[in-house]
Amino acid sequence: MRGLSFSRGNRVIFDNIDMDIRQGQVTAIMGPSGTGKTTLLKLIGGQLKPDAGTVHVAGENVHQLSPTALYDLRRRTMGMLFQSGALLTDLSVFDNVAFPLREHTQLPESAIRHLVLLKLEVVGLRGARDLMPAELSGGMSRRVALARAIALDPEMILYDEPFTGQDPISKGVLVKLIHDMNHALGMTSVVVSHDVDEAASISDYIYVISGGKVVEHGTPMNIKHSGSDWVKQFMGGLADGPVPFHYSSQPMMDDLMASSNEGKK
Amino acid sequence: MFNWLQSIGHRTFDRFSRVGRGSLFLWQCLLSLTYVFTKPILLIRQLYSVGVQTLLIILVAGLFVGMVLALQAYIVLVDFGAEESISLMVSLSILRELGPVFTGLLFAGRAGSALTAEIGLMKSTEQLSGMEMMAVNPMKYIIAPRFLAGVISVPLLTAIFMAVAVLGGYFVAIEMLGQYEGVFWSQLQIKVDFYEDLMNGMIKSLVFGFVVVWIAVFEGYDCVPTSEGLGQATTRTVVHGSLAVLGLDFLLTALMFNV
Amino acid sequence: MNTRNLEITVGAFVVLAILAMVMLSLKVSNLASYGAQGNVYEIQAQFENIGGLKVRSPVSAGGVRVGKVADISYNNEQFTAVVTMQLEGAYKFPLDTSASILTAGLLGEQYVGLEPGGDEEYLVQGGEIELTQSALVLERVIGQFLFSKAQEKQGE
Repeated sequence: MRGLSFSRGNRVIFDNIDMDIRQGQVTAIMGPSGTGKTTLLKLIGGQLKPDAGTVHVAGENVHQLSPTALYDLRRRTMGMLFQSGALLTDLSVFDNVAFPLREHTQLPESAIRHLVLLKLEVVGLRGARDLMPAELSGGMSRRVALARAIALDPEMILYDEPFTGQDPISKGVLVKLIHDMNHALGMTSVVVSHDVDEAASISDYIYVISGGKVVEHGTPMNIKHSGSDWVKQFMGGLADGPVPFHYSSQPMMDDLMASSNEGKK
Repeated sequence: MFNWLQSIGHRTFDRFSRVGRGSLFLWQCLLSLTYVFTKPILLIRQLYSVGVQTLLIILVAGLFVGMVLALQAYIVLVDFGAEESISLMVSLSILRELGPVFTGLLFAGRAGSALTAEIGLMKSTEQLSGMEMMAVNPMKYIIAPRFLAGVISVPLLTAIFMAVAVLGGYFVAIEMLGQYEGVFWSQLQIKVDFYEDLMNGMIKSLVFGFVVVWIAVFEGYDCVPTSEGLGQATTRTVVHGSLAVLGLDFLLTALMFNV
Repeated sequence: MNTRNLEITVGAFVVLAILAMVMLSLKVSNLASYGAQGNVYEIQAQFENIGGLKVRSPVSAGGVRVGKVADISYNNEQFTAVVTMQLEGAYKFPLDTSASILTAGLLGEQYVGLEPGGDEEYLVQGGEIELTQSALVLERVIGQFLFSKAQEKQGE
């Protein structure tokens, strides 16, 4: 993407961003909560239109495509894993993974069955195929959603906060899956996350964004040894630094004096 | 003071933009209808959830409305010695007005709110977004089948309501009030006109169905994806849908039933 | 619910609605009489005043409905109202049948009553009834009554 700008209401979310996502690699996009990382994925997928700038996927300018061509592009190249899994609640696990196959291909049911079982095997949930989404734990939902995202063997997968809110074992599982799949299937992965350690452990390249701009980018090694204090605080998970611990307010003594004065009145 | 004026201006523009969004939405929905014919199972599922599940309330309401109308008609007509016209009074009221309007209102309350809640929940849990990213147009897969199911169901439900109401009136007139069966039906067969009364009533029901399901589906699609927003959207469906039915009823009556 | 049951239920729903429509059309409306369209013939009659007669008002003979009023227009040359009636083919009336506009009950709706004559030939499509009696206009009757009452008083 080049020169990408996007605002919602009065808030400028992205201000003139340039990013290159390399094919076949895992690229992580990190930043504090609320910087609009999910919005970035939506801009890549064409669900939102930027105020300025362009996004090119597989050589095509995403936002200049007609709706039909956009859907075609998504079908050919993209898979997305949503933060909540976004499984269709009235379909079973099997039917959820089969959904893109049934909609976009003319394959007979037997072929679809094989494919679905294969994809579920990759994420380790083949035995859960008849459960309903309501019966799955959060981690399992995400794995099913992942199986669904790779159902059509896309060239690129977008991961929206895959590690957030997961117990350590689930995190480990997801980390392993993302890494293995990317290298085994030769895909391009974009991982949006603020789980620094997990994302850094599998990424080939990292972009750190904050305040609508790219603060720093490079390989995980470069970022860890970055010169910027802010990046160090973020990557190291330090409680205080350029991002202060205290929300700005008047000095403590003034606050206490004011409250006791009020009590006297 | 100035702030208040400003906020009125804002809200008016908001309303306009909503109407605009709603119209564009309708257009897209209509265009997506062709997809439904390639996958009839979607339509059938929705006909069940929207039509069949509203059937019970329609049957009960129809029966009671017909019976009450017959009782009230009798009380008024007996003073003029015109009890024989009871069947006419009940049937004309039902066919021309109460059938379409009642069905429209009940549909807005029961099926309309359910549609809004369902679609709104899908929006909140990112299922609609997910579908888009899987290159399946949610308009085609989710919205259009529900819309078509509504437009088909409402006239069907109205016909059932009308029939049950007339039968209810018949029951009261014959069993409770001791009228003659032959008189009841023959009055109707002469005086009730197929085109002027029955067909006009069905046209009304078609219009009501179209508008109510449009509002219901749009409110769900357009809602703020929080639990509070969903509640507001459902309320709006019922309120706006009901008001639309009543307003359109006046308009259509004025157009259709002029002397 | 599985697909098969779903389809059956929805089918039952649609069938129920169609039955309701059929019942309404036949028993509750006059669709049946529309069906008798096949065998009708039209005749005309001219009246000075048709009162409250409307299109689709019934045409009866001996109290039995034999047809309906199809059209009402005004003849500007003879200054009369022209009523076109559709009679069912099964019923034939002699040429000298008379037509009057009567009221059902005291305040009911108006209809055309036919009194058959004695002619050997019958009215056919396009024929015209010569003997007609216009509707009673209530104001005229009252006026006549008051006028005749006044005359009586004068005569005494």
